Amino acid sequence: MNHYETVFIMNPVLSEDQVKETVKRYTAYLKKNKAEIVSEENWGLKKLRYPIAKKKSGFYCLIEYKANGVILSEMDVEFKRDETVLRWLTVKLDKFATEYAVRRRTRLNEPKKSAE
Amino acid sequence: MEKKRNQTEIRYLSPVDIDKRRKEKYCRFKKMGFKYIDYKDPYFLMRFLNDQGKILPRRITGTSLKYQRKLSVAIKRCRQIALLPYVGDNLK
Repeated sequence: MNHYETVFIMNPVLSEDQVKETVKRYTAYLKKNKAEIVSEENWGLKKLRYPIAKKKSGFYCLIEYKANGVILSEMDVEFKRDETVLRWLTVKLDKFATEYAVRRRTRLNEPKKSAE
Repeated sequence: MEKKRNQTEIRYLSPVDIDKRRKEKYCRFKKMGFKYIDYKDPYFLMRFLNDQGKILPRRITGTSLKYQRKLSVAIKRCRQIALLPYVGDNLK
């Protein structure tokens, strides 16, 4: 069970719930393949630094999970078939990266807590 | 004897103490103990790009080879998810 992290960019013309639905579809796909989802972040609509498929912005989403490597190739096919996703990047996390991810998440959640 | 003494009494206009030794370059990753360079943080990575968006060479940033490779992998991934441009106009 390796640690992976996938960032994917969705079409900006989607409505909010369509974005949620796509994200849910992938998390459900991961759960179905016995993957354990560590965290899920939605960065919302962001401007792209260069146009992808003639689009200037996109919904970014990050999913961090532990999974068996086998399912990644099928997930790739799933992403390819799905035309709402413009681009995706799956990265395997080594122990330094996982440690960094945990630290980054606590750093992100901290300001929210102090803001409340 | 006379000529020799004159030679030594050359008056310098300004004191010659230009620091010959350049500032010691160090690898900031090694010094700060970075273990992982995150590819999701474009603002940090932008410091290692010139204003055209190209990766700065080691001789300028002074980073060690090990971290320069990690840095270039992170920058290339960051470009792939469109957080950094491939060809930047005025990045700084």
